Amino acid sequence: MDVFSDSYNLDVYVTGFLWILKLTASATVCAVVLGVLLAAMRVSPVPVLRGFGTAWVNIFRNTPLTLIIFFCYFGLYSTLGVTLSDDLELNNYWLGVLGLSIYTAAFVCEAIRSGINTVPAGQAEAARAIGMTFRQTLSLIVLPQAGRAVVAPLGSILIALCKNATIVGTIGLMESSNAMKELINSNGNAVFTIFFVFAGTFAVVLIPTGYGFGWLANRLAVKR
Amino acid sequence: MSDEALIVLENVNKWFGPLHVLNDVSLSVARGEVVVVIGPSGSGKSTLCRSINRLEPINSGTITFDGKPLPAEGKALARLRSEVGMVFQSFNLFAHKTILQNVMLGPIKVRKEKSVEVRERAMSLLDRVGIGNQAEKYPAQLSGGQQQRVAIARALAMQPKALLFDEPTSALDPEMVGEVLDVMTSLAREGMTMVVVTHEMGFARHAANRVVFMADGQLVEQAAPAEFFANPKSDRAKDFLSKILTH
Repeated sequence: MDVFSDSYNLDVYVTGFLWILKLTASATVCAVVLGVLLAAMRVSPVPVLRGFGTAWVNIFRNTPLTLIIFFCYFGLYSTLGVTLSDDLELNNYWLGVLGLSIYTAAFVCEAIRSGINTVPAGQAEAARAIGMTFRQTLSLIVLPQAGRAVVAPLGSILIALCKNATIVGTIGLMESSNAMKELINSNGNAVFTIFFVFAGTFAVVLIPTGYGFGWLANRLAVKR
Repeated sequence: MSDEALIVLENVNKWFGPLHVLNDVSLSVARGEVVVVIGPSGSGKSTLCRSINRLEPINSGTITFDGKPLPAEGKALARLRSEVGMVFQSFNLFAHKTILQNVMLGPIKVRKEKSVEVRERAMSLLDRVGIGNQAEKYPAQLSGGQQQRVAIARALAMQPKALLFDEPTSALDPEMVGEVLDVMTSLAREGMTMVVVTHEMGFARHAANRVVFMADGQLVEQAAPAEFFANPKSDRAKDFLSKILTH
């Protein structure tokens, strides 16, 4: 454990995981909002919107995340000059959030859509019968019930997102996997220690998260 | 009951694929009238009932409600539906909302009424159907008969011009049928315009102004209940009644 008693090394480790936390938090918010919108599009009566939602899911669910993140950096930033922040590090961070959100939203969309299928058709019929519009029916009756049905799968998607956030290291952000690589490069005698501390940190945070979502899923489940 | 027609169907046709579920059906329901629709399974009664608020779109013919043809879609259709209450066979109470929220949701979200006033009206409606003391429970905690009475209160909360009942007692245990029919009977007595699809011949006899008999998508016969049950004219109606009234 000598590696981590060095204050510089400890700082690399802590900073790395703070980036992971920030990436996960921002991308979760964006991916859930985007995913719900995409799911709404996929069940809407408007063919153009349905097509857009379907295309999004098919493209981004079947493209490696590394390629999407690379595209955000080399395509959007280097080639097209899209800048999300003047600070170079923050710019990489937001490009990473963008890539993670675009990718994860496809999975959130499909989870929500399977949740919509668990809501009996009669619920939407009753909503329409008292005069609700399509939007009201979806936002007040169908989505709240669909969301509760997919808390557990959404938890799995969130856990995957947290681990996928390490891929943002490939475009230069000093997140945990980059931090680990740097520590290993300079402390070749402690490879296993470094590896287990990094892997253990993920496990220690994510295992309770998984149980937390399981507990939440039970609590929020709609009784029929 | 007045002579003025509230619901008018003219030459309505509907197909489910090759199946002709509504075959040139014409029916007029007067304001305050209680029309009970009976007939064998698959005769198109439910489809007829659901077409009146356009939960089932029709293929040809016209349906007018309160003098205006049914809008095809959008806000105008939503507004029409808010004026026509509907009670389903499977209750369809919103599973994630309490009983009180179920009744209040329509007036607040659709009519944009004030929550305080709606709460008062909702509570008095729940008291009226005998569920006032269960207002904070969720639908799954109530029996079928109680859920169906809440569904009626939910429809009434919109202060509709007419109520449609699509086999409201068919999913209920026998001992709960009475409590729902009692509520429906009292509504009928107060002059609510009602179209009721049902197999409850007792209700048809004592609460209906008119009985409509359907078979194979056609409106075969209609008459006052006493007349219909004593002297059915068509063979289909005679056959149907002989099957259900002999037990």
